[in-house]
Amino acid sequence: MKRFRRHGHELNRERIKQDLFQFNKTVEHGFPHQPSALAYCSSLQLMAIGSRSGAFKIYGAPEVEIMGLHEENAAVTQIHFLPEPGQLVTLLDDNSLHLWKVRKSPDGLSVLKEESHFDLRGQPGAPPSVTTITVVLPHSSGDVLFLGTEGGCVFVVEHPSLREQEERTITQEAVLQKVPDDYQSKRSLGSVEALEENPRNPHQILIGYSRGLIILWDLQISEATHQFLGDLQLESVTWQRDGRQIISSHSDGSYCQWPVSNNDRSPQPLENKVPYGPFPCKAIPKILWLTTKQRTPFIIFKGGMPRASYGDRHCISVLHGSKQIAFDFTSRVIDFFVVDEGESKSDSDEPSALLVLAEEELVAIDLKTPSWPVIQSPYLIPLHCSAITCSHHVSNIPVKLWERIIAAGNKQTSHYSTKPWPIDGGYSTASEPPQRDLLLTGHEDGTVRFWDASGVCLKPLYKLGTVGVFVTDADHNDNLNQSGEDEWPPLRKVGSFDPYSDDPRLGIQKIHLCKYSSHLTVAGTAGQVLVLELNDEAADQEVACTLVDILQDQDTFKWKGHERLNPREEPVHFPAGFQPFVLVQCQPPAVVTSLALHSEWKLVTFGTSHGFGLYDYQQKRTVVVRCTLHPSDQLALEGPLSRVKSIKKSLRHSFRRIRGTRASGRKRAIPGNNAAKVQEANARMDREALNEMELAPVQRRIEARSAEDSFTGFVRSLYFADSFVRDGSYHGPSLWAGTNGGTIFAYAITIPSVERRMEEPVTATQVKEIQLMHRAPVVGIFILDGRGILLPEPLEAAHDLSKSPDMHGNHMLLVISEEQFKIFTLPKVSTKNKLKLTAIDGSRVRKVSVASFSSNRVEDYSENGLLVLTNLGDIQVISVPTLRSQVRYECIRKEDVSGIASCVFTKSGQGFYLISPSEFERFSVSSKWVVEPRCIIDIDEGVGTRASQQKAVQDGAVVKANSQESEDSHQMLSGMTKSEDDVRKTAEIMEHALLNDERVLLEIQSTLESDSALTDRLSFGHLDRNSKNSTGIQTPKQRMINGD
Amino acid sequence: MIKTHHRTPSRSLETVEVKSKFGAEFRRFSLDRSKPGKFEEFYGLLQHVHRIPNIDVLVGYADIHGDLLPINNDDNYLKAIKTANPLLRVFLQRTEDADYSAFGTDTLTRKKNVLSNVLRPDNRKKPPIAISLPRDFRPVSSIIDVDVLPETHRRVRLYKHGSDKPLGFYIRDGSSVRVTPHGLEKVPGIFISRLVQGGLAESTGLLAVNDEVLEVNGIEVSGKSLDQVTDMMIANSHNLIITVKPANQRNNVRITRTSGSSGQSTDSGTSHPTFVASQHVVQNFHSEEVDSDEETDIVIEGNSEPQHIPVAASTSASVMSLTKSDSDHGLTPNGSIASSEGNTCTLIAAMKVDTVEKEDLNKRSMEEDGMVITL
Repeated sequence: MKRFRRHGHELNRERIKQDLFQFNKTVEHGFPHQPSALAYCSSLQLMAIGSRSGAFKIYGAPEVEIMGLHEENAAVTQIHFLPEPGQLVTLLDDNSLHLWKVRKSPDGLSVLKEESHFDLRGQPGAPPSVTTITVVLPHSSGDVLFLGTEGGCVFVVEHPSLREQEERTITQEAVLQKVPDDYQSKRSLGSVEALEENPRNPHQILIGYSRGLIILWDLQISEATHQFLGDLQLESVTWQRDGRQIISSHSDGSYCQWPVSNNDRSPQPLENKVPYGPFPCKAIPKILWLTTKQRTPFIIFKGGMPRASYGDRHCISVLHGSKQIAFDFTSRVIDFFVVDEGESKSDSDEPSALLVLAEEELVAIDLKTPSWPVIQSPYLIPLHCSAITCSHHVSNIPVKLWERIIAAGNKQTSHYSTKPWPIDGGYSTASEPPQRDLLLTGHEDGTVRFWDASGVCLKPLYKLGTVGVFVTDADHNDNLNQSGEDEWPPLRKVGSFDPYSDDPRLGIQKIHLCKYSSHLTVAGTAGQVLVLELNDEAADQEVACTLVDILQDQDTFKWKGHERLNPREEPVHFPAGFQPFVLVQCQPPAVVTSLALHSEWKLVTFGTSHGFGLYDYQQKRTVVVRCTLHPSDQLALEGPLSRVKSIKKSLRHSFRRIRGTRASGRKRAIPGNNAAKVQEANARMDREALNEMELAPVQRRIEARSAEDSFTGFVRSLYFADSFVRDGSYHGPSLWAGTNGGTIFAYAITIPSVERRMEEPVTATQVKEIQLMHRAPVVGIFILDGRGILLPEPLEAAHDLSKSPDMHGNHMLLVISEEQFKIFTLPKVSTKNKLKLTAIDGSRVRKVSVASFSSNRVEDYSENGLLVLTNLGDIQVISVPTLRSQVRYECIRKEDVSGIASCVFTKSGQGFYLISPSEFERFSVSSKWVVEPRCIIDIDEGVGTRASQQKAVQDGAVVKANSQESEDSHQMLSGMTKSEDDVRKTAEIMEHALLNDERVLLEIQSTLESDSALTDRLSFGHLDRNSKNSTGIQTPKQRMINGD
Repeated sequence: MIKTHHRTPSRSLETVEVKSKFGAEFRRFSLDRSKPGKFEEFYGLLQHVHRIPNIDVLVGYADIHGDLLPINNDDNYLKAIKTANPLLRVFLQRTEDADYSAFGTDTLTRKKNVLSNVLRPDNRKKPPIAISLPRDFRPVSSIIDVDVLPETHRRVRLYKHGSDKPLGFYIRDGSSVRVTPHGLEKVPGIFISRLVQGGLAESTGLLAVNDEVLEVNGIEVSGKSLDQVTDMMIANSHNLIITVKPANQRNNVRITRTSGSSGQSTDSGTSHPTFVASQHVVQNFHSEEVDSDEETDIVIEGNSEPQHIPVAASTSASVMSLTKSDSDHGLTPNGSIASSEGNTCTLIAAMKVDTVEKEDLNKRSMEEDGMVITL
């Protein structure tokens, strides 16, 4: 009977758990790691970025992002939006083409689906390079894709079936027929480097070969009509908008203009220029020529810098009349495109913004504002401008503080362009975030960045620098990079990625923000602890410095690590925002490993590997210092942690540098080249390493931990609480500290009354010391009130944001070590309850935080629990005070040590961890609070699938005039016949269906689907959101009616 | 709880307070710590203070861990005096009705367990076998659960508690062959790779290099990484119970199961030299022991002396999933008789075997047997 009842109870509990917990990885914040391809769709105002991992994402307006992931684990080398809206084709470095479509998911949101894929196969026995794809051109008709190859052939692939049309292949032989013999005999044509469609005549495509020949191919007569006999290694070719001129760029850093007319079918170049001559220059891999109403074109090209002096720069030059700037990027430029405002009828492009994808960041430059300032991007922010060293999340920020932080941040961004973000396709249906959440990241260069982490986009709010407090070498270098106006080339640094820290000691290790008092404390690598206050005005602050001797005069120890930082003597000018007023420096200056702030008591506590201290920041006086070192623990003294880390880091940087320069020497990743070889060699080495491992297996020593293990004194957790530490009748302020060796120290603090706060000293006496028998590091200390609820944060109850704690019942002490969860009674410490995690499953606690989980079914039901991340990368929820494991989810790969180390939880059961140096993955364990992109991109699948009215947009190219809109009536006619063709084709398909062809059946199905989509579209109210660019979508339908 | 130590206000380093209990009577006296004398003298003194000059008694004391340990020679007498802190609690039993099973680790706490006393009502009435009782020794290791495990497996308990010896062994990754529905399959496993000379593991002779580790404290290690198993073992190091498949299968404890009641288990005739030499208690692993053998944290209140942290009254919740997983492994809380010839010891537990359950259990262990090939 009892068992039966219990069973029913468990069922009920399971149901509650389902209402409370649900695991989702929802969105990536930051900048994609190792981006490798960029594309832009002007009709939908979307941008796509592919990366080496095989993933790519479409971005539109802020919060609009859709991810596609290839099954193949190969880098995305090219992305092209197709003329049909919402379709794109990707090229991977395994030479496969993939067709993707934006579709509606059952819940009405847009998702990316892979429709089909295609591998270009050559003749049996032919070398693979013959069919290695170098260029992809989706034809504006939407019928075919042209694929240029390394072998020099252009293959034609039908769309959407992705079937090769062998009879239409443009071979080198066919091309060479009309080329003069003397030119031919000199060379073979080389690989196809460029394929460009004439913006005014879709039947003409330009084919550029690497050895310099460019021909104009007429698709109707399948013949080359024009030859441009270049003799320089060709890098790229682009059309001028009116179709009367082409511009080619070359490997020697020059570009040529060639006239296109029917008078001279083999013209000489109009002009050949080396913009950064006369000394040898690097190649110009891509050039754009954009016209304006004023007739002065914008010439934008990548590279071309003088080889000897500026060959290592990553530049994009913009020339406009006499104005010229070489934008100098912080990392290798992957690709770029220009957003233009050109009316489709007009002859000019009217470029408005230049978007550049560099390896580490995305930069948008406003070309409308005369000074060409940078436009601040709402997403894809390089989180890693300086390496992230720690992060801290604060939930539910009061409006007042939020506004003050934003105001301080706005003063920092005045140099940005006032223009809105140029890409605004799609829209988000995600509801407004229920609260304001802050994510603070500490960086290696001593800055703390404040991010709005409430929604899908991680928006930068404010940046705090702590460098100003100290005297550093970096001060003198500031002006070195600034080049004068008359300097040649006219370089201008853009972007914020700067991984090279001037002084590793500045690195931020711990952050604690009190959202009620706006007091912030940050602590760093060299034992520095700063207490800061938010000030809305810029001010000169005198920072009170205190040196705290953690070792307490134990002179047997020698510190062999870095020196402490030198604080500035004179008052320092700080801009509006958080301004430091107290600096505590630990001696020895070891990394601060733990930090806590109590703004109500005006106390700050900090711990290092040697001990911990308590500091009264009101009286600016040290209250107590405790050395936690074990006499035998020599390692802790020499500070090897910081040194090992910095060596590793510098090695990593130098490797990255080498890799970066190697990669920049290459135009694109082609299988079979160096990169592939390196990869192969790496794989081989991995295999060999594995074999070796089998020969000499790894052993693990099984031994109980003893007091003599190293780093036992390392302070892991610090906690302030108002509780019963001395006896059961009087509660008062207390400080709790836990070490790596499983020791917990408790101090009772006496704080003078408010009126005498400045006169009488704050005192602290040790009242308890608990040694956990299992000696595992203490990673968390909390106190539960009489109702078993965790004590609120300082000032939380005072601000009526939380129920005041029950101070009548017996308090309980919750200690979380890496191995166990234990609840002790207070004030007399006795074990009440425990959960031995490691003994059960061998996992260890890495991160722990308290979170509240709300039910998604019952309105006001919520439970508190401990969110735990283990060393195996699992997320668990442990109930409090019953200490039972509620749920367990696999979250991070256990090999991803840095991912696990970077994890930070929110109070509402969400979390962040770094999936790459530049990207946070956001996850949620709560079924109620899930922040994920919910966006819609309106696409009319029924229209324009055959008609060529859509604007074809190639990878990074400027939008060309809509061919159907041109004055050329001939073109118009042909367009109409096309529509008629379309109708006829449908009929044909119907007939085919009778033949029971499965493929055709599928095709019919898709036509039917598009019909329904068409009606869908009419019922959609929000079409006008895209109307600016959707003229091209709507016209075809009218045409069709006219045509009929 | 017994674990709490009595402290007297007048403490001095020179004297040891002795509180001796015989039957219902207590006697208190003190000894000079620096000159404790010989066991014979102490024995005489006890007989004198209790006024039992002609009665043979068994002397035991409660050690620092709360275990009842015997005093029957000079060595353990001196040890008892040395560790007395400051009170030495001595228990006297008539030799004729002495309960030998009372000695050893956890004995005091186990006696508290009413259930086990009820289940073993006839314990006291069994006449003790007079030879080589483990009363002179403190167990350092034992083979347990012989009756529930397949013969090819061995469950070894290492008592790190109270010993200064390091556990002293290493584990590694490896692979073993299993029979699966798809035929023979190589599966990853964890093996003992090295024994440290003079360590606990080596001194027991129960573990050897290349033994495959199957379970740690009742939790299977299959599917767990080397690091996970390492962490589990270290977390359980104070009371480590490892189930291994010995690389050398010749010294297995064989159980001849007679149908029905008794379930006598016997050791195989051939025994390994070290196996005989060392003292092993063949006993059953009771799930409640896992928790009762809890390590105690030490708390220092204010500036006073260290004290072990007592367990607060209600611990029902702390039994938690560990016991659950134990029952998953088919351990019965009811003991069954396990005696071994090769071993000089017999530990007789009460018999209350549910035959159905027992049969079921055998079947399960047989199945488990089928999964393993002895190579």
